[in-house]
Amino acid sequence: MRVTFTVNGRPQEADDVWEGESLLYVLRERMGLPGSKNACEQGECGSCTVRLDGVPVCSCLVAAGQCQDREIVTVEGLAEHAKARTCGTGACGSAKGTGLDEAQQWQARPTDESVELSPIQQAFIDAGAVQCGFCTPGLLVAADELLERNAEPTDADIREALSGNLCRCTGYEKILDAVRLAAVRQEA
Amino acid sequence: MGTTGIPTRITQGTPTKGGIGESTLRPDGTLKVTGEFAYASDLWHEDMLWGFTLRSPYAHAEIVSIDISQALAQPGVYAVLTYEDLPTDVKHYGLEIQDTPVLAHGRVRHHGEPVALVAADHPETARRAGAKIRVEYAELPVVTDEASATAPGAPILHEGRDDHHAGHVPHPNIVHRQPIVRGDAEAAARRADVIVTGEYEVGIQDQAFLGPESGLAVPAEDGGVDLYIATQWLHADQRQIAPVLGLPEDKVRMTLSGVGGAFGGREDLSMQIHACLLALRTGKPVKMVYNRFESFFGHVHRHPAKLWYEHGATRDGKLTHMKCRIVLDGGAYASSSPAVVGNASSLSVGPYVIEDVDIEAIALYTNNPPCGAMRGFGAVQACFAYEAQMDKVAAELGMDPVEFRQLNAMTQGTLLPTGQAVDAPAPVAELLRRVKAMPMPPEQQWLSAGGTPPRSAGGTPTRPEAGGETADVRALPGGLSNTTHGEGVVRGVGYAVGIKNVGFSEGFDDYSTARVRLEVIAGEPVATVHTAMAEVGQGGVTVHAQIARTELGVTQVTINPADTQVGSAGSTSASRQTYVTGGAVRHSCEAVREKVLERGRAKFGTYHPAWATAELLLEGGKVVTDGGEVLADLVDVLGEEAIDLELEWRHRPTEPFDLRTGQGFGHVQYSFAAHRAVVEVDTELGLVKVIELACAQDVGKALNPLSVVGQIQGGTTQGLGLAVMEEILVDPVTAKVRNPSFTDYLIPTILDTPPIPVDVLELADDHAPYGLRGVGEAPTLSSTPAVVAAIRAATGLALKRVPVRPEHITGT
Ligand code: FES
Ligand code: FES
Repeated sequence: MRVTFTVNGRPQEADDVWEGESLLYVLRERMGLPGSKNACEQGECGSCTVRLDGVPVCSCLVAAGQCQDREIVTVEGLAEHAKARTCGTGACGSAKGTGLDEAQQWQARPTDESVELSPIQQAFIDAGAVQCGFCTPGLLVAADELLERNAEPTDADIREALSGNLCRCTGYEKILDAVRLAAVRQEA
Repeated sequence: MGTTGIPTRITQGTPTKGGIGESTLRPDGTLKVTGEFAYASDLWHEDMLWGFTLRSPYAHAEIVSIDISQALAQPGVYAVLTYEDLPTDVKHYGLEIQDTPVLAHGRVRHHGEPVALVAADHPETARRAGAKIRVEYAELPVVTDEASATAPGAPILHEGRDDHHAGHVPHPNIVHRQPIVRGDAEAAARRADVIVTGEYEVGIQDQAFLGPESGLAVPAEDGGVDLYIATQWLHADQRQIAPVLGLPEDKVRMTLSGVGGAFGGREDLSMQIHACLLALRTGKPVKMVYNRFESFFGHVHRHPAKLWYEHGATRDGKLTHMKCRIVLDGGAYASSSPAVVGNASSLSVGPYVIEDVDIEAIALYTNNPPCGAMRGFGAVQACFAYEAQMDKVAAELGMDPVEFRQLNAMTQGTLLPTGQAVDAPAPVAELLRRVKAMPMPPEQQWLSAGGTPPRSAGGTPTRPEAGGETADVRALPGGLSNTTHGEGVVRGVGYAVGIKNVGFSEGFDDYSTARVRLEVIAGEPVATVHTAMAEVGQGGVTVHAQIARTELGVTQVTINPADTQVGSAGSTSASRQTYVTGGAVRHSCEAVREKVLERGRAKFGTYHPAWATAELLLEGGKVVTDGGEVLADLVDVLGEEAIDLELEWRHRPTEPFDLRTGQGFGHVQYSFAAHRAVVEVDTELGLVKVIELACAQDVGKALNPLSVVGQIQGGTTQGLGLAVMEEILVDPVTAKVRNPSFTDYLIPTILDTPPIPVDVLELADDHAPYGLRGVGEAPTLSSTPAVVAAIRAATGLALKRVPVRPEHITGT
């Protein structure tokens, strides 16, 4: 089947999708967006977390067909998403309409380009919240969503919001630090 | 079209600067937060096929027949391979003993053993074709523990063993046995006023790294293969893969892809040979990615263990002797069992002075899941038992458990049971003092208010970590499940300390290689560091750049991707990479610096006498004297011609333990950590909430303090997992794995993990580069027994087994 939906503000389509394919599989293997991770494909780890019409979901548990005509935000679009949020209109995003072919040209970012990051992404780097980084994309999407609805989360709020995201490397302390840091910077 | 999404120069992205001792940020940080870092499972190649592994549903069975015809006939299927298709006489592999079949031949020895492979154009096509392979099995009786493995008439797992341990083990189902005898434990026991014995058990822990086993094998025109892979040691993989494929090693070119954690679980091969076989057979790139279910079968686990201990002490609190017997279950194949036995036995007394010991450790062959390396490697199991014993002896003597430990703590110069002196600082008593001195988390109100549980103040919970004037139900045992408001909740505090060796032991030639290049690019001096070190998340790439900056006085450092184009870096395990590959990077930088100075003397020596007489350094892009006088710009000294050196570096040699007495200079270095756990237990439901898990650790020298603390907190959390939740459950009758999923195998979430304050001590080990100590493993040791000690303190229960389950607390 053909599936069409919006990813990070750009319309995307995928052909020959088998009914059983998850949103995660289609993003990773058909749209050239492997940022969302596949740590369990059982709905237990949160590494595949994306926003589906604004709601954080485990993309491994969502059938790709369910996403027809809906809006997805992945870690790859997080910086733009955060920027659109701060500019208020939602129209600050850059170019739209990357086709499938172009999306599949995805490659590691050229080396010397300077990168614009969202506050939560920068905070993860600064706080040392990234080790192997496999949990990071899902945590970033979940933490960004938390900060969107709760600008001053308590530690208990952070823990609750991130309780569906496993990290095996960090012991979570620096992830908490990162979210606290992003919250403080956001206020400033 | 980009073939593989391998990041090329991973220094980009996050601006990083700073030499050793600074909390420089990760060079791969930006790629990791934007989703662009290419993990092994992210790789993509035009025309690539997907590999699938058919695994045994039985723990022990004869393979009567395999019929692949239906599978092969499926549209989209390109190849189906079995044992019969292996191209050479080399059909087994293994880290130390080559006993693991690439694909099962005639017999499977554990649940999930690989039997056949499929390559197809879609992962689901491959899976479905796999289901059409007809394998007829005849089940065999299983051996699952020491009694069944060594019973008369027990099935022998590996008939006709001829490995180097076969000759000295008492039974062919024992992989390796290491006794250690020192002094006279019997005679010393007679001096003891109290004797305390205990039997302990540790369940099977899984590394549960988040990035699944994965890789991409691309057949090359020269008949070789390029393998992009997540591993811990590229060259060890290469050495095991090449003979099975019938290729010379240099035609198996390996490049490290992004690794999503390892913790020992990637030391053994998983899909490496399988993907290469499929790629060479089909002539197409083949990607294999395990899902979580398969991952539980795809790698070795931490050895489960049964440990029997006896300690004696005099009335005044001095330990007299220790006897122990440690039985590790290695499962169906050897993996690193012999080395785990060496660690468990040689570190079985813990960080204490006990002159008279009688020790035996063995690893079994059984039909349980194969076990091998996991963070802490043999020392974790022993630490759980000896620390439980320390509390028990202290209680018997009526002494404070911390003071009792301090009274018996080893110091620099103490002899291990192997007769080897600990010849670097061993601040065991000091670490205990520090961890004890850290401020206690405040009593929460439901505990301090005399048993009247307060209600949560609607909507505005306070931070429970910060003060707890108001009880937030989320901070209680059971947490969000809202199972208590404080009724039946009791608090307990427990301590533990441990000792872990650093580096490969027992005579292993544990070296690393670093290539360092210094050149002028766009008018700037730039250093390039190339090693085969597997960056698995620990931050080695950060540290290598810091070392190069410090040694070469440059700011710009490029870290090349790890691959087999450079010599071996050894394994990213045993807490060894900062020591050994860090040491190699420093060594190569020093040699490059010498060349720089040689070139400088030749070019400019006549202009200033200091070139000949003074101690010269490279600093801030200049050659300077130790008095700070600038002699030349590095750019001018270097000129057009780069300096490029690849050198090996080794730490001091070790020697094997004597097979009868266990004596020998077996270890390179030790690392020490101590923990204090504060727990609250809901005694009615048996639920445990760890409130705080404080750690003090000696790291020798913190090359990157931020990363060091990250390692300590991560290791501590894995120890917490072993204490209260993590275990692979194996059916005792069928030896089948019962919980291969994150639904049923639980690892700590952010709700389970408490604040982990860390106190880092830096007492230099003069044998090591910069005085550093490997940090990764020690915190995993003492975390588990500290948590269990705290639960014992809260409940008064004996608790001899980890993980502690609710039913162990409620007795139901
Ligand atoms: S991969 Fe989706 S929850 Fe783990
Ligand atoms: S950083 Fe490795 S899983 Fe979180």
